[in-house]
Amino acid sequence: MQNDLFTYTLHLADNNLLMGHRLSEWTGHGPMLEQDIAISNIALDLIGQSRNFYQYAATLRKDSATEDSLAYLRDTREFKNLLIAEIPNGDWAKTIMKLFLFSTWQFYLFQQLINSSDKQLAEIAEKSLKEVTYHVRWSSEWVIRLGDGTEESNKRIKAALEEVWPFTGEMFLPTEYEKSLLNTHVSVNVSDIRNSWNSKVKLVLEEATLEYPENKNTWMNTGGKNGVHTEHLGYMLAEMQFLQRAYPGCEW
Amino acid sequence: MGKRGSAGLCRKEKQKAGGLKTKTMNNNEPLWEVFIRSKQGLDHKHVGSLHAADAQMAIENARDVYTRRMEGVSIWVVESKYVHSSNPDEAASLYDPANDKIYRHPTFYNLPDELKYM
Repeated sequence: MQNDLFTYTLHLADNNLLMGHRLSEWTGHGPMLEQDIAISNIALDLIGQSRNFYQYAATLRKDSATEDSLAYLRDTREFKNLLIAEIPNGDWAKTIMKLFLFSTWQFYLFQQLINSSDKQLAEIAEKSLKEVTYHVRWSSEWVIRLGDGTEESNKRIKAALEEVWPFTGEMFLPTEYEKSLLNTHVSVNVSDIRNSWNSKVKLVLEEATLEYPENKNTWMNTGGKNGVHTEHLGYMLAEMQFLQRAYPGCEW
Repeated sequence: MGKRGSAGLCRKEKQKAGGLKTKTMNNNEPLWEVFIRSKQGLDHKHVGSLHAADAQMAIENARDVYTRRMEGVSIWVVESKYVHSSNPDEAASLYDPANDKIYRHPTFYNLPDELKYM
């Protein structure tokens, strides 16, 4: 039970850390200064949220775990994030699409999580929800702008949707540790938020003149929440963790 | 006169301020002037300018560029081309005549205590 809570908290933290790290890769490379700042702000929001979850996770352990050791000293199999958080950015359209689908999911998740019987998780969710609300707004605007923009932007966001869509399935598949926390009302039943997510996504895609991939019998990638990842996570961690691995305990 | 409008001046300012901007900027997007009202403030103050494709994006950009440190509770944006400015060459005739009209200052009047915001 305690172990499930720890894993669940890590799952929430890892989602944020990896999505945040991916977005931060745009810093200095944004298409315009304004968007560079906007996406870096969002990256910082997400990493800030992940810190809250990691700090809480560390307190659930009897060992010497800290937020830093959880972020920097675990290997790929120990990460429990959704795959959508770790796949590469691609172009601006793909980054936007990832963020939009992820943030919308996070919005409905946190909206439920604020009712969690676990006070800490509820509080982190409440604090994060304001930020996530803006992430949804910002990324929705961009999906619409690109979809209903030029021929080129439409082509790119369409391709992005096709590429990212197969990573949305696992958002709504509860793992064993999520299920075991349902009885005590700690975790959110992710299969319950699917409908809200669907309607919101549908609405935005419609406005963006994009087709909702409804009837496609798409094969969905899964595994991230249980520690089975794409090849990309290893490279990401190598870059993220290099300093702490090479110079253990290094501070600056 | 129109050519000297604030849009031109602002653009010059901006290039001075951000080298990155000139490098990566997409010049197709119009320039917008941003006004922010702070928590204590009663008026929206001009804080700078930015590029955006439309008003919605301009507000979001302004939020991300100019309110990161809790500077504001309200944002106005206006496309720079709609801002008309006075001509600096005419400064002498426009402003100097006010120099010796000291009686225009309200310091000669006693204000009642209830009067705020003067």
